[in-house]
Amino acid sequence: MEKLFEDFSLGLFFWQAVLFIALIFLLRKFAWKPILDSVNSREEGIREALDSAEKAKLDMQNLQADNEKLLKEARLEREAMLKEAREMKAKMIEDAKTDAKEEANKLVAAAQASIETEKKAAIAELKTQVASLSIEIAEKVVREELSNKDKQMKLVESMLGEATLN
Amino acid sequence: MRRKITVKTITLLLLLVSFVTYGQEEHGHSDSGSDRKSEVKAYIQHHLKDSYDFNLFSWTSDSGEEKHFGFPLPVILWDGGLKVFSSSKFHHGESVAEVDGNYYKVYHSKIYKTDAEGTIKYDEEHHATNEKPLDFSITKNVLMIMMVFAIMFFMFSRMAKSYKKNGGLPKGTGRFLEPIVLYVRDEIARPNIGEKHYKRYMSYLLTVFFFVWIVNLFGLTPIGMNVTNNIAVTLCLALITYLITTFSGNKNYWKHIFWMPGVPVPMKIILAPIELLGTIIKPFALMIRLYANITAGHVVLMSIIGMVFLFQNWLGSGLSFMLAFVLAILELLVAALQAYIFTVLSALYFGMAVEEHDDH
Repeated sequence: MEKLFEDFSLGLFFWQAVLFIALIFLLRKFAWKPILDSVNSREEGIREALDSAEKAKLDMQNLQADNEKLLKEARLEREAMLKEAREMKAKMIEDAKTDAKEEANKLVAAAQASIETEKKAAIAELKTQVASLSIEIAEKVVREELSNKDKQMKLVESMLGEATLN
Repeated sequence: MRRKITVKTITLLLLLVSFVTYGQEEHGHSDSGSDRKSEVKAYIQHHLKDSYDFNLFSWTSDSGEEKHFGFPLPVILWDGGLKVFSSSKFHHGESVAEVDGNYYKVYHSKIYKTDAEGTIKYDEEHHATNEKPLDFSITKNVLMIMMVFAIMFFMFSRMAKSYKKNGGLPKGTGRFLEPIVLYVRDEIARPNIGEKHYKRYMSYLLTVFFFVWIVNLFGLTPIGMNVTNNIAVTLCLALITYLITTFSGNKNYWKHIFWMPGVPVPMKIILAPIELLGTIIKPFALMIRLYANITAGHVVLMSIIGMVFLFQNWLGSGLSFMLAFVLAILELLVAALQAYIFTVLSALYFGMAVEEHDDH
């Protein structure tokens, strides 16, 4: 302890105090403050960057989820549309088929009807032709028959006889 | 594992050294041996003391004349007026310096006022009783403090500028220093003082950490500087810590000193003086710790280096050399460790002073 007092030098204490306190204030102004400030702002920047990166990641995830949702919806819609189209196609085909059948039936019926009328007309014409031919033939026959008296008579008789049979 | 090996090696070396020392004494070429021993002892004593000139090394020439290599430093005295003169007037403490009709002499590294012959009067305990003028000399240690001042200012202001030039990033030495600055902030100041108040103390903590560390490191160089083994220097540092602690103490701090909450009244009365004494003992311990560690380190290291010259044989000198080498590395660690401890404890005391006890 005594040695400590003996070793104590006031001059050294004075210089140490003056220089050290001056050093604290000088370094505070010219070194520690700028250094710590830039370190702080750098750390702040890093923190902010990390935060915004995290945020961007979250946004990205949200966006992806949205996309997925949209895609899913679109797919569903497409399927529904396809299904509808398919149904419509089947219905159309069906309709066309029935229409065609009806039309064909109608055509066939019309054809049959016209055939019938044609046939009737033909038959009628034939009848008239046959009648006129018959009359002509009959005329010729009559004329020939009537050229001979006997024969005239016979004919009248047979005709009469036929007439009664009728 | 590695540590065990180191401890074993040191133990082994110490054992061997003690044997060799034993053998040495038995052989006993006592004359030159004790001469050399006292020379080493004197050298170590001299090294631990401050001096008025910057002496790098001395030798005795063939003609028996003592030669010194170095340069003198200014002596500044206050003795009824300011007296400034070069320390070369003392001729390395060998002669009396005459300034303005007053005579001064260096005795045991202190300047005393004497008569023209340089007579030193003693009391019964062989202490000099001569008048001591107020001494503000730029001694070797003061010069060293100034050098460290300049180095630190240069180093850290450059580092601060490199941030500005480089867009917020350090450059050069700043890259090495930044982690240490951040270490002081994040591992010393923040946990001990608390997030709320630590910024106010950063300047002091950083300055004291780097100052003590750099000064300790210079102490290990062969220039023979040894600032932190002066009690005046460590007292100054500890005093600043004490003053900052005392002046930043909040209501809570003083309440815990004078009227400890949560204990019975008689205990409060007993505790108050103890706590009050504790506030002084804490910085006192800071002062002694730094002083004693550095002084002890220097004494041990120099003694072992001195042993190299005492043994004068290959085995003893070789072992001493190796031991000195290991110790020098240990001292490198101690240099940083003491700076760390001083800073941590200062931060801890500041933390106590500003602590807010919400949980009580």
